[in-house]
Amino acid sequence: MTDRIEKSIVVAAPVERVWRALTDREEFGAWFRVELDGGFEPGKSTRGRMTYAGYEHLRWEAQVERMDAPRLFSFRWHPYAIDPEVDYSSEPMTLVEFRLEAEGRGTRITVTESGFDALPPHRRTEVLPMNDAGWAHQMRNIAEHVGG
Amino acid sequence: MSAAEPAALFGALGDSTRLALVSRLSGGAARSIASLSADARVSRQAVTKHLRVLEQAGLVRSARTGRETRFALRPEAMAPARDYLDSVAAQWEAALGRLKDLVEGAD
Repeated sequence: MTDRIEKSIVVAAPVERVWRALTDREEFGAWFRVELDGGFEPGKSTRGRMTYAGYEHLRWEAQVERMDAPRLFSFRWHPYAIDPEVDYSSEPMTLVEFRLEAEGRGTRITVTESGFDALPPHRRTEVLPMNDAGWAHQMRNIAEHVGG
Repeated sequence: MSAAEPAALFGALGDSTRLALVSRLSGGAARSIASLSADARVSRQAVTKHLRVLEQAGLVRSARTGRETRFALRPEAMAPARDYLDSVAAQWEAALGRLKDLVEGAD
């Protein structure tokens, strides 16, 4: 049992290209489905709004921890902070880390999210409905994208 | 006992002593506090306290046999936490899929 998630994927693009997709606010926004007010900078918060269909009312906020170009990008956030009436700012945040490694002619991207053990118990009721709906939606997005 | 919440489960498991107790109980057999304390590095009182935290989170159940209380793991209690992590992991997988499309596309 662990409170850590790790996902990895190899893409056919150079590390520098992936780094840009991770750290450029517009490129990040395109695949993460968020419209950011500002760019990423270590030690600073970045805010925005989700652009995900059905969740456009949600604010998005992350505190950037590290930007070690082009290897490590990390931020802390409130995972799935989906209730606009709730102030999540006092709650513990999880840590999201993106690591890039050259692999063959492409790049291995590994994302980890950790720190779920610190989340308050009541969070789950807010989390699951979005995850279920969100995941079904994302699967369709991908299918359309790759199946096209 | 109420249905265990993932965050409560993570909280209960987010301690090395409790994680070690869960691991010792993972063989499936119910064990006494004395038996669980024997190979622990902490006092019997501390082990008892940690077992009660695990019990509150629904991860273990206790039963009295005579003068002894025995604790057993409830593996089914892990399911909500696992489901939660699975759904978060699935979201990351989808996001990485979109990132892949972006960087592999023409730009």
